[in-house]
Amino acid sequence: MRRYDCDIVVVGAGPGGSMAARYCAEGGLKTILLEKKAEIGAPLRCAEGVSKKWLEEVGIEPEPMWIRGDMKGAIIKSPQGTTFQLDESKAGSEVGYVLERHLFDKALARDAAEAGAQIMMRTGVTGVIRDGSGKLVGVKARSMGEEVEIYAKCIVAADGYESQVGRWAGIDTTLKLNDVDSCIQYRMCNIDCAPDYCEFVIGSVAPGGYIWIFPKGDGVANVGIGVMGRLCKGEGDAKRYLDKFIAEDPRLSKGQILEIMGGFVSTCPGLDCAVDDNIVLVGDAARIIDPITGGGICHACRTGMYAGKVLTECAKKGDFSKAALMPYEKMWRDRMEDKLYRNWMAKEKLASLDDETIDELIRMIKDSDIGEVNVYNLLKVVKEKFPQVVEGFEDLI
Amino acid sequence: MIVDYDKCLHCGGCVGSCPQNAIYLNDYILEFGEECNDCGRCIKLCPVSALSRGA
Repeated sequence: MRRYDCDIVVVGAGPGGSMAARYCAEGGLKTILLEKKAEIGAPLRCAEGVSKKWLEEVGIEPEPMWIRGDMKGAIIKSPQGTTFQLDESKAGSEVGYVLERHLFDKALARDAAEAGAQIMMRTGVTGVIRDGSGKLVGVKARSMGEEVEIYAKCIVAADGYESQVGRWAGIDTTLKLNDVDSCIQYRMCNIDCAPDYCEFVIGSVAPGGYIWIFPKGDGVANVGIGVMGRLCKGEGDAKRYLDKFIAEDPRLSKGQILEIMGGFVSTCPGLDCAVDDNIVLVGDAARIIDPITGGGICHACRTGMYAGKVLTECAKKGDFSKAALMPYEKMWRDRMEDKLYRNWMAKEKLASLDDETIDELIRMIKDSDIGEVNVYNLLKVVKEKFPQVVEGFEDLI
Repeated sequence: MIVDYDKCLHCGGCVGSCPQNAIYLNDYILEFGEECNDCGRCIKLCPVSALSRGA
């Protein structure tokens, strides 16, 4: 069996994996980045909307190549049709770009390669390797049909929602049904949507989740839905709800579908611990994703960067034990934990509201002057007028 | 588990949702391992109802 040896093996070349690989390689570590598929960034499993502020934080220079649209704002809509429009001046950090993920992901992988990482395509990990003492020493994989072993001092699990590598290594990444959203998205053309606003429709049209319309230009948009796992009935619910919504919305009903994609997101506040001896989990694999929007690209990039920086330090001491990796745990929690927890609580409450209350909420937000609009400021208004909605997590607002 | 490959979008949602970690997505093919305990969560969650227990 062919054998590879490196310092760090990164499983998955999405944003989290590529960022981890880049920062490991920049730190001078021999890094191998594995991608199961035949193409990085495709097939798509994403609505492609991101905010902008974090890009600089993780050292990503915006490139016109992967920016499909620069958004002016966002629209939040109730099932009754009450809309609340956030414009750029007020939209704050929640508005940003619609990406071309197939180009964005390749650009991040390219950055990792330029930093010195080796990329192995069509290499799917099938398990972990432990030595005689039970210590994790690498991964088993199928690489273009060949069984291979990749030995490393530490594994970075960036295998996304599937999150199998962590589980093979003994970290429980299992989700509760409340913390799963089953999603489907159509790339639609011939529709009439605002060209530079991202639209979100909440309420019973998408139980426990929401419907999104993210414009891709020229009458094309990503039109998708997430439905909370607990509320799925095993009848292809996500597709049923989305098809019903499209049929009843005159802007969309004449649209045609160019591409269909599925994909799930976790909506919990992250794993209890995303490290163990000789393994670090990043991004969706660590269940670190905004529980209310299901947006995870910035979380993946941040955690990937933190992992790369911490692993670089660990390599200096030759210690990749759980204790040595704990600074990673501290970094992501310090940066994101409060917000993840707050949005997780808000998601649970939102899922419990009926359409009338949601409509009332949107009317109220519409009428209040809340300055820069972000989840934090929205919840602050809600706290004043609908205290029962934020009951249990007032302290985080 | 029976997979209707005419419906399956190979999104990997069932893989990440399986409490037994019994499913592996090999590009377009779903492989179910013997750890599967027939809990039915993948059937419940599949966005296009591509999974079933069969007859």
